[in-house]
Amino acid sequence: MTPKAKLRITPLFVISAMLVALWLFLASFPFLWTLWGSFKVQADFFSKADWRNALSGVNTIAQTGSAYTGTGYFGAWIQEEFWKPVTNSSIVIFFTVIISLTIGTLGGYALARSGRRYAFWILMAALVFRAMPHITLVSGYLLPFFEWNIWGLMPTTIIVLVAINQPFTLWMLHSFFLNIPKDMDESAMVDGCTRFQAFWHVIIPVMWPGVITTGLFSFLLAYNDFAVTSMLLSQENETMIPAIAGFLGTVQVEGNVMFAVAAVVSATVPLLFLVMFFQKQIVSGLTTGAVKG
Amino acid sequence: MPNRTFFWFILPAMTAMILLIALPIVSVLIQSVHIQHEQVLVTSESCDPFGCTQVTSIDTEATAKLRAEKPLGRFIGLDTYTDRAHLAIDEVSKAWSSSDSMGAFLKRVLNLPLYKALAFTITYTVFVTPLVILLGLAVAVGVNNLPKIIKGPTVFISLLPMIITPLVGSIILFWMVDGDGIIGAMLQRIFEDNSLSLKASPRLTWIMLIVYGVWHHLPFSFIVFYAGLQTVSEDTMEAAMIDGASSWQRMIHVVVPHLMPLVIFLLLIQLMDNFRVFEPIIGFSAEAHATSLSWIIFNALRESGSPLFSSAGATSMITIVGVVILLVPLLVHTYRGYNKKTN
Repeated sequence: MTPKAKLRITPLFVISAMLVALWLFLASFPFLWTLWGSFKVQADFFSKADWRNALSGVNTIAQTGSAYTGTGYFGAWIQEEFWKPVTNSSIVIFFTVIISLTIGTLGGYALARSGRRYAFWILMAALVFRAMPHITLVSGYLLPFFEWNIWGLMPTTIIVLVAINQPFTLWMLHSFFLNIPKDMDESAMVDGCTRFQAFWHVIIPVMWPGVITTGLFSFLLAYNDFAVTSMLLSQENETMIPAIAGFLGTVQVEGNVMFAVAAVVSATVPLLFLVMFFQKQIVSGLTTGAVKG
Repeated sequence: MPNRTFFWFILPAMTAMILLIALPIVSVLIQSVHIQHEQVLVTSESCDPFGCTQVTSIDTEATAKLRAEKPLGRFIGLDTYTDRAHLAIDEVSKAWSSSDSMGAFLKRVLNLPLYKALAFTITYTVFVTPLVILLGLAVAVGVNNLPKIIKGPTVFISLLPMIITPLVGSIILFWMVDGDGIIGAMLQRIFEDNSLSLKASPRLTWIMLIVYGVWHHLPFSFIVFYAGLQTVSEDTMEAAMIDGASSWQRMIHVVVPHLMPLVIFLLLIQLMDNFRVFEPIIGFSAEAHATSLSWIIFNALRESGSPLFSSAGATSMITIVGVVILLVPLLVHTYRGYNKKTN
């Protein structure tokens, strides 16, 4: 089809363009609105009288003398010590991603090169495991973890997140390794490498695009998790998302809702940058399972 | 690859999955057929000048000791499954025999916690899944027709609702629809009802959660369809155009059949994902009117002081059975795909 034919203005084209515009508005507006509002005072962001107050910041000017205020951020990060859960989150996420990728790469490679029937059944089992709601698994962890005195510790949560991550990681990396020609590592083995040497010297140098894509999704799982981290971590090891949930209860009572708004925006911004820099990888990761079958 | 090599390569991943996914499911099953020990009662005789009376009191120390020694409790079989908080066999059969119409029966059954949660979970799944697929396809077709230069930013914005942490995303929307938030206040103005609150009525709460669900899941179906659209054969499209097919006809007769496998894939994935709905209920503080199976488990574990392991276990098993039922078509689908590839 020529580009000209594509751009012909038909009623259908107009309708679909309007639908896209509406979708883009719905997809972006909540983020822009909350980001903008996080620099206002509560009376503006939650303004019953007039929503335009949030834009102009009438009450913000009245209360602080400027149209923008960082009190929400100060309150969240310093007063409520939001930096602590953020630090904890960074530790948990970092180790979860590194360990997931290390053991997932080995497993995914083996599954892609095995060619036996049991490798397929392992993948099927992984599919079943992936479908398990995380909270059902958590209800199985609590009692043993209490008994062994490992509840509340960060390493425990990291290992749990790694395990929960494995089914997906194995599937992604397995389908990625299938796309690397077998000849590459097999010819290395003909030259006298062991399987592991072939993997180390031949596969590792070319696997990074697939590993980065998979790593992004491991990152998102660890970053977005609420069920596991909220149930398995003690108060001082709490991560970001459970901390935000906790904020909702406490700061709302004290009238510091803007603290929670600032915390929510702080937790959203890293994700915006992630999508900005890795858009291509995220899209390709989302479609591997579907389009290639 | 020889079995030995395969074994060493897969060992760490398999160990993690067996220890922390397979065994916990077994642990959940065991928990669900046990219950915490009852309080230890001691009977003592207290005598006064007017005679002796038997006094029964709770031996707190012994109770605590027993519970600490055997945290799993005692075996009770399937009683937890059948009690009022779960499958409520007695209550359902009583409701069946005493209600004169189907409506009355349903009304009584849907007041039981598990069925209430099931009703919301199923409604949510049934509405969100098709809406996500239809709207995702529509948006994908729309974006595909756009000039190339704005496609990139469009995809960027479209990804946001899905990438956002579910809990954070639902909190953001909740603040907007809250009575003082921008959408909530606007609705109050439009309907001239200052007490209008999306939280107050069950129906509005459900609609709110369903809208959130569509918002959150639409990007996935959009991206999948968008990728699929890039693989539509241009020759077929051109041939259809030469034969005089309008763009709508081309859409229905060429594009949609081409995307059909993706529709099935999305349907299976979405059914499973939506069945697990959990975070939005927390984010929207919607538990008064809408609960889900996952939320019931969470709530049982949250029970202050002593988590209800038995109850959480039973609900978890019921959830797992539900998930497995929804999973069977996906497994069959994958199995067929694999056999096609290898044969």
